[in-house]
Amino acid sequence: MAGAAVLGRLTWLVAKVVGVAAETARVRTIVLDVPGWPGHRAGQHLDVRLTAEDGYQAQRSYSIASPPGEPLSITVEELDDGEVSPYLTRELREGDEIEVRGPIGGYFVWEPGGKDPLLLVAGGSGIVPLMAMVRHRAATGDRTPTRLVYSSRRIDEVLYAGELEELESRGDGLEVAVTLTREQPPGWNGYARRVDTELMREVAWAPEQHPAVFICGSTGFVEAAAGALVALGHDPLGIKTERFGATGGG
Amino acid sequence: MERLDGNAIGGVLAEIFGTEMTVAVGVCGSCGTTGQMAEMHVYVRAPGIVARCPGCESVLVKIVQSERRTWLDFSGLRTMQIDATPPPAAGR
Amino acid sequence: MPISRGFRGRRSPVDDDVAGRVPPGQHLVDDFPVLSAGPTPHTPLDEWSFEIRGAAEPVSWTWQEFRDLPSESVTVDIHCVTKWSKIDTSWEGVSVDTLLDVVEHDAAYLLAFCDGGYTTNLPVEDVTDGKAWLAYSYEGEPLDPEHGGPVRLLVPHLYFWKSAKWVRGFVLRDEDEPGFWESNGYHLYGDPWREQRYWGD
Repeated sequence: MAGAAVLGRLTWLVAKVVGVAAETARVRTIVLDVPGWPGHRAGQHLDVRLTAEDGYQAQRSYSIASPPGEPLSITVEELDDGEVSPYLTRELREGDEIEVRGPIGGYFVWEPGGKDPLLLVAGGSGIVPLMAMVRHRAATGDRTPTRLVYSSRRIDEVLYAGELEELESRGDGLEVAVTLTREQPPGWNGYARRVDTELMREVAWAPEQHPAVFICGSTGFVEAAAGALVALGHDPLGIKTERFGATGGG
Repeated sequence: MERLDGNAIGGVLAEIFGTEMTVAVGVCGSCGTTGQMAEMHVYVRAPGIVARCPGCESVLVKIVQSERRTWLDFSGLRTMQIDATPPPAAGR
Repeated sequence: MPISRGFRGRRSPVDDDVAGRVPPGQHLVDDFPVLSAGPTPHTPLDEWSFEIRGAAEPVSWTWQEFRDLPSESVTVDIHCVTKWSKIDTSWEGVSVDTLLDVVEHDAAYLLAFCDGGYTTNLPVEDVTDGKAWLAYSYEGEPLDPEHGGPVRLLVPHLYFWKSAKWVRGFVLRDEDEPGFWESNGYHLYGDPWREQRYWGD
């Protein structure tokens, strides 16, 4: 099951919404029951398709937030000019059906058992696939030394905050550094700068440690973060990136 | 217009090729840049999908889909390498 | 396939008084979607030119020469093959007639070419007699680069992929040679009223 999902011929499956939970004011996690779902790997995404009564269709991709083995869930951010996201974050309710296709992606995936440390860099809602990796690591008891660098605009936009705190407190090798780029709450003693070489120099693994690197966020964020790592001497071939259409987190 | 990367068309490519394609390797016919399909510069907000070379921005792939038909132009890629058993994911 | 309860997308309801202006399969939108097949080019105006080739001699205009040509304001409806339509969009531009009038040719077709490599093919009779413009202004403002500025082709009676962004010239031809999208599934002509979206439609 986990890690052995055979893609086969991708096809649209009917997904029933079995749970919705607000993560923040504009972000919601949607839990799905999908008969026939073949399982997935941490980091993969799925495509969602909606069909209006007159046959009009719209389709978008969303990263899978759940780790392999847990009920399938996606975390969706409402975009101001969105066509699908406002529907998913505001209208969709338990019992509704949507179509999904997946899992998709063999490039941006992580499996436990590696020998190199792991560096995860998230910009805004780019945290979603990386959270699936963090959750998978915790669920499998993997002890790969892992650093998560999470850039967000404000504290109330940080997703999974409580869960990340709890996971970090287990002391099993996960360290989390959050940087708030627009506004910081009183007493904030975390980072307050955009992801750049200075920040990476402090929080990232050293190039000599050859970390496996995953960066996810808007195109601008991903390029800045990857650029910063390469400027510090990291091997570009060790850096995997996934760009979202949304902006946010920096 | 913001561009995405080959991950964004992972679903479409898998549907067409019947296998995971983001790790397939392509060689740009214009400049010879070689890389995984996930690294292509992809524009999906168009009348079709256009994927460009991250090295020289030449068009590598065009995909248009109507209800019943799909049109493909992969002529920008000189060669593609598809692995029946994709390499292990990072961390292994 | 399941219907998504309550999903409408971003479409505006069509009032009866404009229903006749919306071609089959289209819906109205309030915004102006940006569609692009590549990075937005940014050609400085002092390097910009418009050229017509394929006639007895090539003819070209610099930005200043182009802006000195007589221009007009037009309000037109536009229809994108991705199914959105916008009515009453206002533009300022130079009629294509103004440019083709100074070129001696007997070509039946042209290929419009653009910064960034995009091309689209058109019959000459579909861009003459007041049917097409080289537009440099939209809604009273200089045309935004993401919408094709400094100059885009505007051919409202055909699907909007024919209204090529960042247009830099025409190649006049005897044959109708398919452009960027027409060679990969999109209809050679593209009449929204006959829903000519794809090959064979």
